[in-house]
Amino acid sequence: MIKTENLTKKFNSHLAVDRLTLNIGEGEVFGFLGPNGAGKTTTIRMLTCLIAPTAGKAQILQYEVGRDDQMIRRNVGVLTETPGLYDRLSAWQNLLIFARLYEVENPERQVEKYLNMLGLWERRHDPAGTFSKGMKQKLAIARALLHEPRVLFLDEPTSGLDPEAAKLVRDFIAELRGKGRTIFICTHNLDEADRLCDRIAVFKTRLRVVDTPAGLRRQLYGRKVVFHLAQTADSFIDTLRHIPLVKEIQAIDNKLVVALDEPEKHNPDLIRRLVQAGADIQFVGELRHSLEDIYLQLIRDEA
Amino acid sequence: MEKIKTILVKEWREVFKNRLVLFTVAFLPLILTAIPLISLAATGDFGEELSNSASPSEFFGDLCVGLGEMDCTQVYTLSLFTIMFMILPVAIPVTIAAYSIVGEKTARSLEPLLATPITTTELLVGKALAAIIPAILATWISFGIYLFGARLMVNDLVFGRLLAPHWLAAVLVVAPLLTLMSVSFAMMVSSRVSDPRVAEQLSALVILPIVFLMIGQSVGFILIDQRVIWLLGGGVAVLDVILVYLAVRVFERETILTRWK
Repeated sequence: MIKTENLTKKFNSHLAVDRLTLNIGEGEVFGFLGPNGAGKTTTIRMLTCLIAPTAGKAQILQYEVGRDDQMIRRNVGVLTETPGLYDRLSAWQNLLIFARLYEVENPERQVEKYLNMLGLWERRHDPAGTFSKGMKQKLAIARALLHEPRVLFLDEPTSGLDPEAAKLVRDFIAELRGKGRTIFICTHNLDEADRLCDRIAVFKTRLRVVDTPAGLRRQLYGRKVVFHLAQTADSFIDTLRHIPLVKEIQAIDNKLVVALDEPEKHNPDLIRRLVQAGADIQFVGELRHSLEDIYLQLIRDEA
Repeated sequence: MEKIKTILVKEWREVFKNRLVLFTVAFLPLILTAIPLISLAATGDFGEELSNSASPSEFFGDLCVGLGEMDCTQVYTLSLFTIMFMILPVAIPVTIAAYSIVGEKTARSLEPLLATPITTTELLVGKALAAIIPAILATWISFGIYLFGARLMVNDLVFGRLLAPHWLAAVLVVAPLLTLMSVSFAMMVSSRVSDPRVAEQLSALVILPIVFLMIGQSVGFILIDQRVIWLLGGGVAVLDVILVYLAVRVFERETILTRWK
C-alpha cells in the first residue's frame, strides 16, 4: 500500500529524511515516532505529494510519487499538523469545499455523513473559528475522510488536545482501523501508538527500528515474568538460577523478575519448582515495558 | 471548472465576512462616484471664474474644440474624474488578492488545500477571479451611476464627449486589464511574504501609476485622449502577460509550504 525505497529529502545542506525504506501493507495502522524535527512531517509531505523527494522512490497504492501525484492526491486523505480550517466559514461550508475539490459524487450527503459520525451535525452552521480544539480536530479528520481515501495520513492527530478530546479522536481512529484503511500516524503520544498501531517505526532523520509494539519490547528488553510471592528467600532464587532457560533473575521486594524467551512454555515448570521449594505464589504476570521506555531507550542509544 | 468555482465561492464567502475588505469594496466606489458628481455640480461657478481668467483654448487645448466655456469646463471636469474609474479596478482587488495566499499561509489552511487534487492553475485562477470579478463589477456599476448622474447635470453635447469611444474603452477594456495587473501583482507579493499587512501595503504600490496619470492630467502635463488610452491599454496588456507568468512561477508549492514562518 505504501512503499518507499531510499526516500531522501534535503533542504539545501540540511538532510531531513535519509534513505527511508518502508513497506506498509493494506489495512495496517502504522505508527511513525520520532522527536521534534526528526523529519516526520517532511516524510508525510513527500508521501502526499506536497513536496518532492530529493532522491529515492515512493509508491502509494499503485501510484508513484512524482509521476502520478494527482492520482495519489485523489486517493489519500491527510490530517495536517494543524487543522488549517477556514475559521470564518461554517463546519458545513468547510467540508463542502473539500468534498467538491475531491470530486466526491454526492458532496452534501457525504458531508452530512461525516458531520453526524463525528458528532458535529448540531454545530454545522457555526463558524469553525468558534469550535474547541477537539472539535476543530474532528472537523479536520472529517475533511481528510470525505472522499473515502484508502490511505490516511494523520500528523499528530491528538497533539494539543485535552485528554477528553484526545480520547474522542483516538476512539475514532480505532473505529477506522477496522474498516480496512491503511493509516499512517505520526505521533508523540507513545501510549496512543501502542494502543492503535500494528507496527511502529522509530525515526530520526533515518529509520532506527520498525516492528510491532510487542516485537520492539522483545528486541530491547526480552521477555520477563514477575512472580509475586508472600515472602522471598535466597533458596527460591537458587532454584530458578539452575534452570538453563532462565536468563536473568532479579529480586525486588517480594517479587522475582525472571527473564526468559518463551514464558508461555516455561512458566508452568518454573511455578512447579518454586512451589516445591516452598514459595507461596500470589500472582504471576508478564512485565510490560511501556513504549515510552522503548522509545527513550532507542533515542538514548542513538545519542 | 468546478474546482475553480469552488475556490471562487470559498474566497468570496471568506473575504466578504471580513469587514475591512467589505468596506474597501463598497466604500471606495461610493466615494469615487460621489466626488465627480459633486464636482460636476460645482462647475458652474468654476466656469464663470474661468471665463474671466483665460481663454478655453489656451487652458484645455484640443479638449474644447467646438465647445463654449461652460461646456468646456464640464468636459474637462468629466475627463479628469473619469480617470478615477481606472483607480477603482486597481484599488479594489488589491485587498482581496493580497490576502488570498498569505491569508491561507497564516491560517495554515494552504497545506490541506494543496493536498487535494486541485492544480496550481485552478487554484490561482479561482483566487484571481474572486478578486477580479467584484472589482470590475464595482467599477462598471459606479461608472453607470456616474453616467446617470452626469446625464442629469450636463447637456447633450457635453454628455456626448463623456461617451467618447476612448473613455468607454478606458472603462470597459483598460479597466479590466488594470484589474488583472493589480491582481497578478498582489498574488505574486502574497506568495512571497508571510504577513497579510505587508502583502497589502506592497500590493498597493500598483495604484501609483494611475495616480500619477491623474495628477498629470490635472496639472495639464498630459491630456488623456484616445491615443493615451490605447497606449495605456497596450502597455498594461503586455504587463499583464508578464505578471501572470510571474505570479504562476512564484507560486511554488514546496517553497510556500516549507519556508513560511
